[in-house]
Amino acid sequence: MASFYGFEPTNPLFLGTARYPSPAILAEAVKRSGAEVVTVSLRRESGGEGAGQAFWGLIRELGVKVLPNTAGCHTVKEAVTTAQMAREVFGTDWIKLEVIGEDDTLQPDVVGLIEAARILSDDGFQVFPYTTEDIVVAGRLVDAGCEVLMPWGAPIGSGRGLNNPYGLRTLRRHFPGIPLVVDAGIGLPSHAAQAMELGYDGILLNTAVARAGDPVAMAEAFALAIRAGRLAFEAQPIEARDMAAPSTPVMGKAFLA
Amino acid sequence: MTLLLNGAPHEIAGKTLAEALSELGYADRIVATAVNGDFVPVRRRAETALNEGDRVEVVAPMQGG
Repeated sequence: MASFYGFEPTNPLFLGTARYPSPAILAEAVKRSGAEVVTVSLRRESGGEGAGQAFWGLIRELGVKVLPNTAGCHTVKEAVTTAQMAREVFGTDWIKLEVIGEDDTLQPDVVGLIEAARILSDDGFQVFPYTTEDIVVAGRLVDAGCEVLMPWGAPIGSGRGLNNPYGLRTLRRHFPGIPLVVDAGIGLPSHAAQAMELGYDGILLNTAVARAGDPVAMAEAFALAIRAGRLAFEAQPIEARDMAAPSTPVMGKAFLA
Repeated sequence: MTLLLNGAPHEIAGKTLAEALSELGYADRIVATAVNGDFVPVRRRAETALNEGDRVEVVAPMQGG
């Protein structure tokens, strides 16, 4: 299994915590998935309500690692400040760095992403950048100090799966030693299995589980698919070919014509 | 003085960020703070003086993907 800044999960599912029908279902889904890392965020809190305190209590009871994000940040400054606040609140140097460039697709602003990644890496953060499958951008992120890359499968929340399997495959080939996580756009367990079969080291997803009719069952389905995909990759799949190749030996077949 | 707390105006008597947070009901809460867009760590809240019209952001853990 890959090492994410020294952490080697048995189950490389990074599960989001947003949009579940209830906190109890969220907790049950995390348990059933076997996820060892969950993503969390920061939002404004008024002095009176304390909703965030209850949520944080629930996550701590689960005993999983947290990966805070900078969701919704559109500038380098916003993302860096959010990361600093997250480090203090969650007590971790891990940060899922999002710098959003465009609201229809929530596509990363890769220029801002590289700049923010450099600032945060220099400041001691361990950055998990939400990026595209662009190899040149990926190289710049590695140069900026990122030891993990998280290319999108498809736009966040779209459930479209791997929009560009070729791009993801070439990224994998180009960076054989960098842990790669497909982050965003996963809709079905088969999408997650496909990414793992390509040799990806982990899957980050949220909506596909949280908004399923039965999030707890879907969480388990993803865990199984990720395991199957990883096993298949390690087992070295056959190459696809255009023409048939008989699987039953032809030699020795009775002549009956 | 009047602060812009999480985007809404609030009257406070305190002179520092630590005093303002206590006055606004954040004592003992796990929150992070920024003033005018810059992060202010817990250890610097008591020495961070506030001025009329400052933008204070107070955030807490929340669900995220």
